[in-house]
Amino acid sequence: MSLLDIDEAVVAVLEKADIVFGPLVDAQEWPEDVDVAVIEGAVSSQDDLELAQTARARSKFVIALGDCAVTGNVPSMRNGIPPAKLLERVYVEGATERPGVPTDGVPALLKQAGPLHSAIKVDLHVPGCPPKPEAILFVLGELLEGREPDLGTKLRFG
Amino acid sequence: MTEKVKVRIDGQVIAATPGQTILQAARDNDKYIPALCYMEGLSAVGACRLCMVEVSGVARLLPACTTPVQEGLAVNTSSPQLQSYRKIALELLFAERNHVCAVCVSSGHCELQTLAQEHGVTYVRYPYNFPKLEVDTTHPKFVLDHNRCILCSRCVRTCAEIEGAHVWDVAGRGIQSRLVSELKRPWGEATSCTSCGKCVQACPTGAMAEKGFGVEEMTKKPAVVGRLTSMRGGR
Repeated sequence: MSLLDIDEAVVAVLEKADIVFGPLVDAQEWPEDVDVAVIEGAVSSQDDLELAQTARARSKFVIALGDCAVTGNVPSMRNGIPPAKLLERVYVEGATERPGVPTDGVPALLKQAGPLHSAIKVDLHVPGCPPKPEAILFVLGELLEGREPDLGTKLRFG
Repeated sequence: MTEKVKVRIDGQVIAATPGQTILQAARDNDKYIPALCYMEGLSAVGACRLCMVEVSGVARLLPACTTPVQEGLAVNTSSPQLQSYRKIALELLFAERNHVCAVCVSSGHCELQTLAQEHGVTYVRYPYNFPKLEVDTTHPKFVLDHNRCILCSRCVRTCAEIEGAHVWDVAGRGIQSRLVSELKRPWGEATSCTSCGKCVQACPTGAMAEKGFGVEEMTKKPAVVGRLTSMRGGR
């Protein structure tokens, strides 16, 4: 969704590219033969892992966008605590009403939340929390021109 | 006037004072060599390995912060090989503990974060260690977050060499090494601590901070602490 941080520039991008999957479109399945996958967020649950693997298998170029996808960031701050203990603490000890760890319709947590490249091969990392809109636009612009973006020393974590 | 020695740094001949290290001579001549554990006014320990340089005639790399200048020394400070090693050293620092810039008081003013950016670190190639570490909030004014500590020992040396209290030390070995106050007492119970806060100012990351600051709010002045040494004539 950080894609929207580029504001009206998104129109120019959409003149050259189609968004085929993601929270902005209706598609339920990751399509085949995707040119560029822009993935945000740490790999935290079983569903995240499977989606990342599908994305990798069906996309030519994968970008990890933002600190969560690049470093694990805030989601990884739970990593020192075993998932069962963590869920117990939040949903049982911390609950004022109907205590109980939810199991229906929520994916199982992985033992640790990790950066995207801990799960799949990543072609480009764009750090930042959030990444600067200019950086997102630069990356998309370069890719649309058929060049591999070189971020050099433009970006930092956080 | 002391006799100067001529050294060549990245091809440029500079006149250095005998007894100076390569790092000091370079910085006196506006030549930048990155470093994290070095701080002006403190003894040098060569711990962070970021200031490694190539010295002609020496087969291995040498830390600029602990290598004294010699007449005729020729130093290369930023070959592609050195830059790649520095990137590795920085990435290993990030992998060792939990450096979550997004929630850090020092984000935007952090020496580790800045160096990573300068070296084009956009991700960490090594698996993160994700250790479970303590945050010591027992001191009334300051906080120590081990998640962000890189064991540079600038706080240790500041407290021992400038304040003269020697509250801090590094205990344990290897990956288990931890900064400790007074033989592992909580900071708030360390009776030798004068609460001067110079260790906090010397800390290059958000590991030590004053209480009451939010994300990106803590700025530090290590140069001011280091200057105290020269103000009292290096004693």
